[in-house]
Formats: sequence, C-alpha cells, structure tokens
Amino acid sequence: MSDPLAAPTIEKPRNQWRDVWDQFTTHKGALVGMTVLGVLLAFVLLGPFLWHEETLTTTEKIMLKNKPPSARFPMGTDQLGRDFLKRMMQGGQVSIAVGLVAMMISIFLGTTVGVLAGFFRRLDGPLMRLTDLFLSLPLLPLLLVMVMLFRDALAGVLGPEFGTFMLIVTAIGITSWMQSARVVRGEVLALKEREFVLAARSIGTPPRRVILRHVLPNVISPVMVAATLNIAEAIITESALSFLGLGFPPDFPTWGRLLYDGVSYMQQYPERVMLPGLAISLTVLSVNYIGDGLRDALDPRIRGR
Amino acid sequence: MNMRTALLGAAAVSAFASAAWAERGADGQVNVLYWQAPSILNPYLSSGTKDVEASSLILEGMGGFNEKGEVIARLAESVPTVENGGVSADLTQITWKLKAGLLWSDGTPVTSADAAFTWEYCKHPEGGCAQGARFEGIKSIDTPDDLTVVITFEGPKPNPYQAFVGGTSPIIQKAQFANCLGAAASTCTEQNFNPIGTGPFKVTEFKTNDTVSLEANPNYRDPAKPAFATMTLKGGGDAEAAARAVMETGEFDYAWNTQINPDMQTQMAAAGKGVFVNGFGTLVERIEMNMTDPSPDLAEGERSTIKHPHPILSDIKVRQALSMAIDRQVLVDVGYGTAGRPTCNLVPAPEMFASDNTGCIAQDMAGAGALLDEAGWTDSDGDGIRDKDGKKLSLLYQTSTNPVRQDFQALIKGWWNELGVEVELKNIDASVYFGGDAGSPDTFQKFYADVEMYANNFDGTDPEPYLAQYLCDKIPGPDNQWQGENINRFCDPAYDALVKEMSQTADIAKRGELAKKMNDMLTKDSFVVVPLVDRGRLSATSHTLGGVVLNTWDTELWNAQDWFRVK
Repeated sequence: MSDPLAAPTIEKPRNQWRDVWDQFTTHKGALVGMTVLGVLLAFVLLGPFLWHEETLTTTEKIMLKNKPPSARFPMGTDQLGRDFLKRMMQGGQVSIAVGLVAMMISIFLGTTVGVLAGFFRRLDGPLMRLTDLFLSLPLLPLLLVMVMLFRDALAGVLGPEFGTFMLIVTAIGITSWMQSARVVRGEVLALKEREFVLAARSIGTPPRRVILRHVLPNVISPVMVAATLNIAEAIITESALSFLGLGFPPDFPTWGRLLYDGVSYMQQYPERVMLPGLAISLTVLSVNYIGDGLRDALDPRIRGR
Repeated sequence: MNMRTALLGAAAVSAFASAAWAERGADGQVNVLYWQAPSILNPYLSSGTKDVEASSLILEGMGGFNEKGEVIARLAESVPTVENGGVSADLTQITWKLKAGLLWSDGTPVTSADAAFTWEYCKHPEGGCAQGARFEGIKSIDTPDDLTVVITFEGPKPNPYQAFVGGTSPIIQKAQFANCLGAAASTCTEQNFNPIGTGPFKVTEFKTNDTVSLEANPNYRDPAKPAFATMTLKGGGDAEAAARAVMETGEFDYAWNTQINPDMQTQMAAAGKGVFVNGFGTLVERIEMNMTDPSPDLAEGERSTIKHPHPILSDIKVRQALSMAIDRQVLVDVGYGTAGRPTCNLVPAPEMFASDNTGCIAQDMAGAGALLDEAGWTDSDGDGIRDKDGKKLSLLYQTSTNPVRQDFQALIKGWWNELGVEVELKNIDASVYFGGDAGSPDTFQKFYADVEMYANNFDGTDPEPYLAQYLCDKIPGPDNQWQGENINRFCDPAYDALVKEMSQTADIAKRGELAKKMNDMLTKDSFVVVPLVDRGRLSATSHTLGGVVLNTWDTELWNAQDWFRVK
C-alpha cells in the first residue's frame, strides 16, 4: 500500500521554540505561576464584563458600608459602601499594567546599558558612572520633581488618566534600571572572555551579532530575576506616589492604594488589606516563577537535560 | 450571701463616697497617658500642646477658660471686667487682684512681683519665649501692692484676657527663675523640669520625653483638693494605643487626644472600660470656593487672581447648589464619629459668637438640581453632565493627602456627580499643600483648583483676627508672594466695613452680633465658604475617673484638681 518511492521518513527538525516550550512545561512552578497569572489577568480584564456593579446613589451606598462578603458583594464593601470586588478589578488593571510596562522599560534600559558597558571598553567608564549617578540620586524627590514638572503638560496632551499612567511608568522605569545594568555588565564581562565568544569574534562576527546571538541569551537569567523583582517594586512605588498625591487621582483605585487605604481598618476588616496584598504577592510570585521557568527553558545548557 | 454583702458594701461606699472626696489625697493614684510625651515643664519654652498641658498641672495663671470659653478666676479673686472696674473704660488697663494667702508649693507666699517677673521673663529678647503673643501690646505691668497687678496696654484692647490667662501663660516663681532670664532660660534645667507652682500637683520626678511623676501640692489653695495623692503622666505610643489603654485594657484613667476612626471608636467603646469625651472648639473642615479663574490656559501670574472671575462659581446659585447636595451628617459618621458634628458656620464657637445658622444640615438634592436649572446649567446633550453655552459644569476639587479627606472627596464627588457636575479629584501631600512655598503650584494659597477642602481654626476665644482674614486686601496673589489669608478671593466692601467696626467695638454682646453677621455673610448669604464638619477634641476617660470635663479653650487638664475616683 505504501509508496515504495517514498523517502524514508526523516524526523522533521525540531523547532527551537518548541524545545523551549517543552523545557518550560517540565518546570512545575512555572506552570502554576502561569496559571495563577492567567487567572489574575482574566479576573482584572474579563471580570468587569462578567460582574456588573449595582448602580446605587452615594447615599444608598453609604448605607451599605463595611458589609462582609455576601452574594450581593462577593468581597464585601469598603468604608464608603463601594463594591470591593469592583475596586479590586479596576485596581488590578492599573497595577498590573503599571508593573509590566515599568518593568519592561527598566529592563530594556538596564540590559542595554549593561551590555554596552560590558562589551565595549570605551563605553564602560561613562556608562557605569552614569549608573552610579542614578543610584546615588534620592529616588522619591526625583520622582516628585518629574511628576511636578511634566504632569500638567502630559495630562494636556494625553488626557489626565493616560497622561498620569505614562508619566508614572516612565518615571518608575527610568529610576529602577541601575541594579540590572550592573548585574548584566558583570555577566557580560565574564562572557566576553569565554571561548565561544572569542571564536565568534575570530571568524569576524560583527559585535551586533555577537551580542544578540551569543551574549544576550546567556545573560537572560539574571535579567529575568531582576525583571520579576521590578514588577513588585513598580506596583509599590506607584502606590507610594499616589499616596503622596502625585500619582493617579485619589478616587482611582489601584492595588497599592487599596492596600494603603485598608491599613487603617486592618483590625476590624483584615480582608481589605489581605485581598490587595495577596493580589500583589500572587502577581509577583507568579511572574517570578514564570521567569524562573523561562530562564531554565532559554538556557541551552539546561535545556534537554 | 457573699455577693449580697459585697453589693451592700458597694452601696455603702457609694453612699459615703461624697464624704470621702472631701479630703486631699484620699483617692490614691491616677494614671494619665499623653501619647506625645512632655519634654519640658515650662510652657514659656515650648509651644507643644503636650508640654503646655503637662505644665498646667503645676503652674497656673490669674485666670483660665472654662469649657464654654468664658474666663474664670484661678489665682485672682475675680475676673476683672469693665462693669466691676477691673478693666478701664478706655480698654487700656486691666487690674488683677490675687487671692489673699496664696502659697507656692515650697511654702513661700505668691505676690504680684511674681507676675511682673513672669512678664520680664517672657519679654526678654534673648529668652526666645514661646508664648510672646500672650504678652503682646503690653506697655507696663505695675505692682502697687503685694496682691495687685496692673497691666497697661499700648492701645485699647477689646480682649484683655491674654496675659496670665489660660495654660499658655501661667505665673512662674520669681525666686526660682530669677537667674534664668534671657539666654540663661534654656540652661536652667532644674527650674524647667521641676517648676515650683501653685497648681494642684507638684513634680516628684521628671523623665524627659517619658514620664512625669507628681504628688498633690500640700499648699494648694483648696484644702480638700486634689482628691488624688499622686499622678503619673506617661508619654509615648500613638493615638490608637492610647485609646486602647483606657478603653480596653484599663491600664490608664485618661488618655489625651485619641483621634481614631469611627469604627474603632464604636468597637473600643463596646469594651465597657471607659468612654470617649469630646469637646468642640473652632476647628471647621470646610470647602472653599474659588471666586477667581484657576484655568491653566491663563498666563502664570494671572491664574487664580482677581483679574479673572470664576466662569462657573461666580454664580451664587451654583455655589448654593453645591452646598445643598452635601449630606454633612454622613461625612461626620464616616470621618469623625463622636469627634465631629455637622456645621454651617465658619465660627462654630464660642456660643456668643456662633450664628444659629443650621439651614445647610439637611441635604436637598432636588432643590440643588432646581437651582442649577435656574442658573442655566442643564444637561442639553444627554451625557449626564450639565452644560451651559457649550461649557461643561466640571470642577477640580483638591485637598491634602489624608485618609479621611479622601473619603470626603469620594463622597462629595458622588453627590455632585448625581447632580450632574463632573468632578476631578486631586490630593496633594500636606507638607506641600500647607507649605506656603510661593514656587509650588500646589499650595492651598495658590488655589489652582475650583474648590478645595481643609480645616482651620482660630487661637483663643476671640474670632476677630480670624474673620479679618476675608478682607479684600488679604487676597493672595503674585504681588504678595501668595501669602494672603483670603483664600477664596472674597471681596465685599460691606464686609470690610464690618471688620473695621468690630475692631473698634468693646461691648461683648455687640462683638458677638458683628461676628455672627460676618459669619453669615461668608456662609449662608454667599456660600463662598461651605463649612462641613465642626471637628472636636476626643479624649478617652475611664469609667472609674470622675470629674473630667473636656475643655478646648484651655488645657485638657484644666480641672485636674476636681478629678476623683468613682467608687
């Protein structure tokens, strides 16, 4: 029945990304992390479409203040009678977006500076002094000045909420890249002298390709660790800024703000602190595990073992 | 049987309790908690409330204020007035007479020379007296005899009860402080930590920033008082812990300034060991309307200045509607509980100056909507926001960062939204907002917003300087580095005339009338200032401590000599 002329079946060459995925799936923590992050994302993104808050007047709401969880209010109500579930969803959208975008900005900056400083000797001095300069700057006052200078201008162009968002993520991003730059530089300095890099250079590979092909994949692991930590930091910094009155308007919930607001009611209504706190922790932890899994999966030395 | 005996015993004790009080030191020990610990016991070297109040147990003045804000006599025989001849008709002189036979706690007699010395001590240019304001405008203090003190002012003083009245200006002993004048004042540690006084208690041990141990003053003028033999005034902790120590654990009899959120108040009161006592002074949380245009489109230096009247809030109907939409009782319940009450007055106390205006207490959404319709603000495009001539009724509402204020903002925004007013909220760090830096766009004086909220009060019992803040020439602007006190940029020649009239009026009843009229002009007649909550003091006292009367005009320990143990 079979065609005698058919070539003997050669196994199709495996796609590299498929290998990465296979390796990733062997990491249990990463899978759990991805599930949790997926659930959190679904909660904040799809939740508002599934859960419709009752429309109540301010006076009606205040009658319902401090209610415990019930079918009507699955997470209870806060001190002003606002549906806490709804606020958690709204807050999550902002917090996760701020965390991810600020992390990306900071990782991009940190990796670029670190790789350039480590790879090119001439750039090392100036770039590392720049890093030291940023490290020695007191962060909060710097953020305050930035927000003060650019808030109104940005709000005018992008609208008050998106303008604030852009300002906050940029501000957090450009003030938190230094640690990753230093770590990356150290790694690159060591990698640069390794045989495979020397070999690549000896056959005339241009620096751009050496960096992209040989150096970057090998510094992925410290970058991943730094990235996951940055997310948590960004979420918390955002809440500190909002608390100081320089972030989002006060009625705009974020997880960090809900956490701060909940502190004064911690004794009577511990869930007001625990829920946003748990959400922040879960986000950070799951991203951390995903990062861990990705690092293992992307590292050719570990993959396939 | 045992129970019955115990009950009988208790009944017997309470029946004879009044007899037991009438003996100094009969009630043993009393524990008082100040979560800010006193660091010095000389009020002339510290303006901190904790220091002034702790010192008031030991040092006293000629007079003080009672819980109604009226002047009462302490070391003086009676309160001098124009009627009894103690104050001269032209208001330039006041004569205090000391009670005869007064002794310091070391047994030496109190004389008029001590009062004159106190003035010398405080006015010394190198002394850095913290209470200099109490002695302002005094030309001379004469002592014709041992018991008479005559204070002569530089000009007529409608309110002469400043020097030697209240816990902030007590009389100190000349013999003790004679070597502590001027630059030496702060080096006199022994004197500042252990002053000899005339008050109900004297210091036995003072640990700076920690504990003051006191015992009954053996030479106190009333032989039956104080009821307590010893007192410990402990410092440290925070308001919540202090409240808990009285209300839940019962370790302390009295805790000062226990401002905590209403939920916690209810919860602690349920523990049954004590009660919260409140007293209302003049601190009013209010919304201020900007009468000038804060639009960012205007050039810097013209924004929020009288050159441009406010496009929306210049209309009194809009201001009135915004005020009517607020349910003040809800604000009190959310933010302050027993430590607040709704008010419509800028000057809520003392009684003689407080207007009887209560028209704003009841919320009236329908009426507010009708007023806006009348003013021409209607929702013509159906987006839920009222508009007029193509301009939306949209306001920027700013205040300082503070959990209670953010709750208020959210609630008021809710009501205003229901009214069809779009509201953008903004909160600013308190140190910036109240910082007064002319370079910052976010100070409450600059008022780069349409409405803003904060609290303010006046010192003492006389509202004249407070009401004079709303004069036309006190409007903040670039020409005075934004330092004026007329935050709303309110300007009315009739009001200015009333302020002038008040500064020349001595008769207390007439002054009260003028103050009420001015208060009404700012609040119910113009809705430029929209008062929300009268914020009081809140302290916690144990069920076993009797005689506590919270006083916001003098120190909280003003009547510690009358405290007793409830048996």
